[in-house]
Amino acid sequence: MILLTVLSLPFMLREPIDLPPIVSVELIQISDKTVIPYAPKARKIIEETKKKEERVVSEQAPPAAKAKEKPDRIPLPDEKKEEKKIIKKKQNPEEIKPQIRQSSEFEKKELVDTNQIAALIDKAKEVEASEVRENNKITQSSKKNTFATGLTLSEEDALRAQIFGCWSVPLGLPYDQDLLVRIKLQLKKDGSIMKSEILDHERMNRPGQKFYKVLAESALRAVRLCQPLKVPPTGYDKWKDLQLNFNPTEMLKG
Amino acid sequence: MERSSTKLQPYRNAKRLNVIRYIFALLISFLYFSKSLALIEVDITRGNLDPLPIAVSPLHVDIKSEGYKDLKIKNLGDNIASIIEKNFKNTGLFNPLKKDAFVQKPDIAHLKPRFEDWRLIKAQALVTGKILIKDNKLKVEFRLWDLTAAQEMTALAFTTTPSNWRRVAHIISDKIYERLTGEEGYFDTRIIYVAESGPKNQRIKKLAIMDQDGSNTKYLTLGNELVLTPRFNPTNQMVTYMSYFRNMPRVYLLDIETGTQEVVGNFPGMTFAPRFSPDGKKIIMSFAKDGNSDIYTMDLDSRIVERITEHSSIDTSPSFSPDGKFIAFNSDRSGLQQIYVMRSDGGNVKRITFGKGIYGTPVWSPRGDLIAFTKMHKGRFYIGVMRTDGTGERLLTENYYQEAPSWSPNGRVLVFYRETKAGDRGEGFSAKLWSIDITGYNERRLSTKTDASDPSWSSLLSK
Repeated sequence: MILLTVLSLPFMLREPIDLPPIVSVELIQISDKTVIPYAPKARKIIEETKKKEERVVSEQAPPAAKAKEKPDRIPLPDEKKEEKKIIKKKQNPEEIKPQIRQSSEFEKKELVDTNQIAALIDKAKEVEASEVRENNKITQSSKKNTFATGLTLSEEDALRAQIFGCWSVPLGLPYDQDLLVRIKLQLKKDGSIMKSEILDHERMNRPGQKFYKVLAESALRAVRLCQPLKVPPTGYDKWKDLQLNFNPTEMLKG
Repeated sequence: MERSSTKLQPYRNAKRLNVIRYIFALLISFLYFSKSLALIEVDITRGNLDPLPIAVSPLHVDIKSEGYKDLKIKNLGDNIASIIEKNFKNTGLFNPLKKDAFVQKPDIAHLKPRFEDWRLIKAQALVTGKILIKDNKLKVEFRLWDLTAAQEMTALAFTTTPSNWRRVAHIISDKIYERLTGEEGYFDTRIIYVAESGPKNQRIKKLAIMDQDGSNTKYLTLGNELVLTPRFNPTNQMVTYMSYFRNMPRVYLLDIETGTQEVVGNFPGMTFAPRFSPDGKKIIMSFAKDGNSDIYTMDLDSRIVERITEHSSIDTSPSFSPDGKFIAFNSDRSGLQQIYVMRSDGGNVKRITFGKGIYGTPVWSPRGDLIAFTKMHKGRFYIGVMRTDGTGERLLTENYYQEAPSWSPNGRVLVFYRETKAGDRGEGFSAKLWSIDITGYNERRLSTKTDASDPSWSSLLSK
């Protein structure tokens, strides 16, 4: 009972809003741009890609569980560079964070930067993926501990596919804004969530960031709905901390 | 660095080159170490685009409310909840869940929902509320809950006269819509339109106004004369329209609250296609004389009339951009009717449509970056949108006859009217209002008491 009272207290303290019975006379506030969500159009594309993805996953699944990860192989010179890039860039967004807080002027630049980084990472992953696939074709014998850098591709895909089902993307979002939400998770061994944290969570309460807030909340909902997450049965130390980057831009563009 | 210097201590006397080598080796090993501990990142670029499942619990009516035993009061909670549900369903963005599956009583749910129970029915958001009628005032409070996070997202209370309960339901819908989409709502709005009745060759046309959901219809004229193209003032109190009163086709101004009407300007001929400027202080319209029509504005305060276009062709259907700097209109100066954009003083006229067919009724989006239009091509009618320079044309819907798009105040939905093909004696003819998202999805018929045409959407009544 005390809990209930305490819970409802702040709400009770709020002044009720007096509604004038007649039509109030106010001008419409007009923002610069119409938000054109193409979202439903994206549905088809997503379904297509989903099918594709499912296919890929099922194709990959058996070998990938044993798939060999790069660090365990002797890397090609090109690959090595790529790897370093990935790691450095991945750390970057967190290092940049204080700057983002300081000034909104920088924010855009920095965030654009993270996007580019994300793109780079994606590219790197694509390269990685094709290489792994090739490797799988050539030799199946390379069974290794896969957790030197984390998850294998198929493990990552399984996790992605799981979250895909849980994430109800807010359909009204604009497609031309930078809307990347990064969530850091601490996981238990069974894949349930111990702690979740939005990395730029101070941005949520900034004026003019309503869309970001909506997206961040939807991402959090997705993660919570999905738990326990589909994590590998072993290598807990490697994935107990996990970062998910939610980026709806591609989808919203349709 | 500290760490490296302490580790270097035993080698203090070694050669400098060795030190550098050591540091280098240390750096490499550190890099390798950090690599193995790097945080795993997974990019999520896809999700499902199904409407968000939301549970709207009936609002709890306080037992202390005046006239509680009255059935109307008792059911008020259910009625408000179903209005909210209907609003949500019509957006196409939300999926209100069936009440049969609800597991908690409204009063308890409003105090503290059992989140796990609501999650069981796959709801992601929950709306609860409470109603109290005291001293002839209706007090409605509501809470929006994030069920997966098990926390309150927003909570507000409103007081008003009890007869205003429908508006409260719309305002609550707006607040929830805004909280969940980041975009302003459009539920606490009205639509003015031309109500039609009678056979096709003897149509009776009255001005009518209704809530956005089709309720509270009121007729503003008696139907003795033909009325066309009503348009809301952005300030909502005034409407401008065209009427054949005393067989003199003129643009009129009507105050909805007082019911007073007046002719706009003193033109020696027919005026038509009126619209307000975004600040509500001017009316822009066409004036036809000797087979030629041009665009004029009249300032409502000073009554000064200004001529905007001067061309031997038919210039009509003017619509201001929301910043008031530009005007879109259609003209047949190039032969076929096309859409043009010019500065608000009439300078710098540019044709923006070059597609096949005839273009008309341009309407600038309240957000400023799109123009909605009607297009006719090979005997079919289309409603579409394009950028203000004419690029990116998207046709949203095609039909036998449809026209006159009008924007929802948040620039997300268009309302227009559609007529069916009539037989030789006019049988089978009907005119109805329809709405469609600017994505081209979620086409819906609006419920009106009679046949209807020429809709115009108001801005939000309360902000």
